[in-house]
Parts: sequence; structure tokens; C-alpha cells
Amino acid sequence: MNRELPGQVLGVLVRRGADFAAAEDAVQDALVEAVRHWGSAVVGDDSPGANPSPEGEDPGASPAGLPADLKAWLVTVAWRKFLDARRSASARALREVKVSLRPPPGQAEQADDTLLILSRCCHPALTPASAIALTLRAVGGLTTAQIARAFLVPEATMAQRISRAKRTVAGERFGTPGDVTAVLRVLYLMFNEGFTGAPGVDLAEEAIRLTRQLTAAVPDDPEAAGLLALMLLHHARRAARFDAAGGLVPLDRQDRSLWDTTTIAEGVGILQQALARELLGEYQAQAAVAALHDDAATAAETDWPQILEWYDELLALAPGNRVAELNRAIAVGHVDGAHAGLRALETLDAGLPRYDAATAYLRELAGERAEAARRYAAAAQAADSVAERTHLLKQAARLNENSAGS
Amino acid sequence: MKYLMLKHYRGGPEAHPEFSAPMDRWTPEEISAHIAFMDKVADDLRERGEYVDGQALSPEGTFVRYDGEGRPPVTDGPFAETKDLIAGWMVIDVDSEQRAHEAAAYLSSAPGKDGKPLYEWIEVRPFLAEPPVVE
Repeated sequence: MNRELPGQVLGVLVRRGADFAAAEDAVQDALVEAVRHWGSAVVGDDSPGANPSPEGEDPGASPAGLPADLKAWLVTVAWRKFLDARRSASARALREVKVSLRPPPGQAEQADDTLLILSRCCHPALTPASAIALTLRAVGGLTTAQIARAFLVPEATMAQRISRAKRTVAGERFGTPGDVTAVLRVLYLMFNEGFTGAPGVDLAEEAIRLTRQLTAAVPDDPEAAGLLALMLLHHARRAARFDAAGGLVPLDRQDRSLWDTTTIAEGVGILQQALARELLGEYQAQAAVAALHDDAATAAETDWPQILEWYDELLALAPGNRVAELNRAIAVGHVDGAHAGLRALETLDAGLPRYDAATAYLRELAGERAEAARRYAAAAQAADSVAERTHLLKQAARLNENSAGS
Repeated sequence: MKYLMLKHYRGGPEAHPEFSAPMDRWTPEEISAHIAFMDKVADDLRERGEYVDGQALSPEGTFVRYDGEGRPPVTDGPFAETKDLIAGWMVIDVDSEQRAHEAAAYLSSAPGKDGKPLYEWIEVRPFLAEPPVVE
């Protein structure tokens, strides 16, 4: 099944006047019905590792007897489920739902629906974790079990989190499509959660899929395009980010022949079109930095002066972006020398995450190996993932080993 | 029977005389070998149907307690040097205490500097189980 269907069906119901939480339940019920009729293949097999196609929408694999227009079928069934629930809940409530069956939506309406549902799922009243979970279920078409696996929590916990999130947004005004900025932020965070190792669930790919849907809904928004470009330009390096043992490989040591050039080309194309609109934003600026890294055949060929310019742009747009401040200091180190980079670091708060790692990097660039090793060891203490901690310890070990031998 | 195996950053009994230097004094290859061994222990336990759960913990932590209605919680930390500090845990479900000790000893044989075993203390704690149905 096309994984965009649940979100589209939900959009139709909401536009007809159904309240969000009840509509979402009705769509899930309709999906269950579909599975009963045509087997689990109709919604993509949910068992771990049993879904060989990451897209889960192989049109050639449609089970026999599937209706020609599955979406229309789902809309009809979901609407009936919604009305049934309403009827049993309260006859009066039903009278208040002044809606009628409408013809299937045209493309423009479908785009509106996508944005409508996304902006509801990414409502600022929700915490990022709740917004991500709700978006994955309502728009991404993932089951609660899959989302629970992705976040490494029990299914009952995730079910509760989603139902609380639905209650939170149920009372919010929901007439016009909401804030694209909030949607972009949630999708960015979802992408950053990345690959948690749960079989069959890949949050980075889900985020890319959802951002594609969003850019189709708001084709004139350069930041939505910028975010999609940013994701693609990072995702393209994924195969090179981990070694055979699962260890983290930093950008300057990656085997660049493993980078996905097709994805890079797509990301660059999307970014160029976005930049041509001359409405620069944070995501476009970050994507530009990623594109410059992707463009270098070797780490030594990296165009650091241009990267530094983009970090300056980025910080002008988002003065409080601490990650950008640290990265800018690294860029300064490459453009004006390691000591200039260290001076740029000195102006920042030493308590920032990865401050020690950035210092260590620049100390090594300055040839101060012992101090670099000491800083890498300190950075390892403060690392917030096992992969990063191991990587930083190895950096310290590498420097200590060489200085001990000399 | 479920057992919790605890790895400590510090706070265990007196260290083995050959206990390794801190990890940043190993070679990168020794670190890789250590990590690979830890992964292998978990894989072996999975293979035997004994692995339940495992997690590494950050050395940064805080003690917190309630301090009365309407008052902010009391915090003590980051940990002082003397405090016991848990580095991570693994939960296993095994047939006997002896088997739990065997698994813990296996974990403790992880290679450290120069490929020699770490001789790290592993704390083994049995879970309190449900009462039996037959009285």
C-alpha cells in the first residue's frame, strides 16, 4: 500500500468535519479492516525484518481482489467507522457534524490535507517526542508497535503517548493549515533521531518521505525544500558513517566512494532551486554547508572559506544556534589557522555539548597532540552516545599511542 | 531466573593487580577489540536465549530527593570521586545462579590493554521473582 494513504484518508475525514482524535482512530480501524480483507500485505507487513522494501509500496505486489481505488475504499470505511463511533457516543453529537459525502479531493485539496494534518501533528503544544510519534502514526502510516520499536519503549507506553498527544491537540483550533515552521522543526528532529537499529523502522527515511510530502504540499516554501535538501545531503553519506564493526567514522575520515552520488545530485538540485528564490533560511544554509562537504572529493579539498561564509549566514539567521557556533570555530580553524579557531572557541560557553571535542580537533590541527588527547578523553566522558564515546576514546588513544612511540 | 549484571565505573571491590590503564591509554585497535568482545558477549547470550536487556550509562549523574511539598527537589552531584558509579547493566534470564556467575566472569574477561583480560568486577544481583502458584 502507498504509505501516504493513511495521512490522506485522515485529511479527508478531518476536512469533512471529523475531529482529529476520532478521525485518527477511525482511520486505524479502517486499516485493520483492510488487513482483515486482504491480509497484512495491504498495509505492509509489520513483523520485524519482514518488509524487504523500505518504501513498502511495491505496486506489483498488490494482493488479488484489492479495490481499484484503495483510498476511496478506506475513506468510505473510515468515515463509516467515525460515524458509528459518533453515533454510539452521542446521537446529539452526530447532528452537530454537519457534513455530507463529497467527491474525492482534487490535487490541490490533497496538498492542503497533507499540510493540515502535518501541522496538527506537529502542533507547538506537543513535545517533540510526542509530535514525532503522532506524525509517524497519523501521516507516516506506521503502527504503534513499529513506532515503539523505533523509540525502544514498550508498545503500551507508546500507545499512551500517542493517545495523550491526540488529546492535547484535540482542543486546539484547527481550521486553516498551521505553521510550516513547526512542521519543519519536528521533521528535522525526526531525521536527527536517525537509525535506532530497530528492524524495519528507519526514522531518517521516514523523515525524508514525510518532508517530500510536505514539499509537494508547499512547493513555494524554500525552507521546506531546504530541509529536504539538508536531509538528502546528509543521508547520502550514511554508508560511510559507520565502519564494519558499527563504529562511527568522522567526516574527514570517511571513504567518500561510499557516498550516494545520486542522492547528493538530487539534494544539490533541490537546494539550488530553493536558493534561487532568495529567501534564505536556516535549513537552506545548513544544506549549503552539507553540499560543500559532499562536493569535496577528499577532505583536503573541502572549500572551508565558503563553508565559513555559510556559517556566518546561518548565525545571522539564528544567532543562538550553538552547534553552528562550534562548527563555525572549526571552519575558522581551517581558514585562518588552528589558533584562530581556538580563539573563536574561547568566546563560546565551555559547557556546550561537544565543546571539548571541538577543542581537541583544533588542538590536533595546531599540532598540540598531548593536549588534544587530553581533550578527546574529556569529551568521551561527556559523550551522549556509546558510538560517540568510543570514537572519541579512539581519537585520544590514537594521539597518545603516537606520542608514546615518538 | 533473572539476574542483573552491573558494570561499575568505580565502587567495586579492590581492583585486580593487573587491572588495565584507562581506555584512552590503550591503542585504538585495543578499544575496537574490547567493543567487539562486549558485542560478542551479548550475541552469545542472545544465541543461548538468555539475553533480556542491556544499556550503557553516562558517567554524569545526580542524586535527587523530595524535600517537602512545594519545595524544589534536593540534588547532590555530579558524583563525588568516592561514590559508587554504575557504568551499565545487562539483564539475563538463566537456569541457575552458577550460570549467571559464569556469564559475569565471561563478561569480565573482556580484553583490555595489550589484549590482556580486564579482570573487571561485575556485580550480579538476582531479581525478586513472582511468588509460586503452588502453595
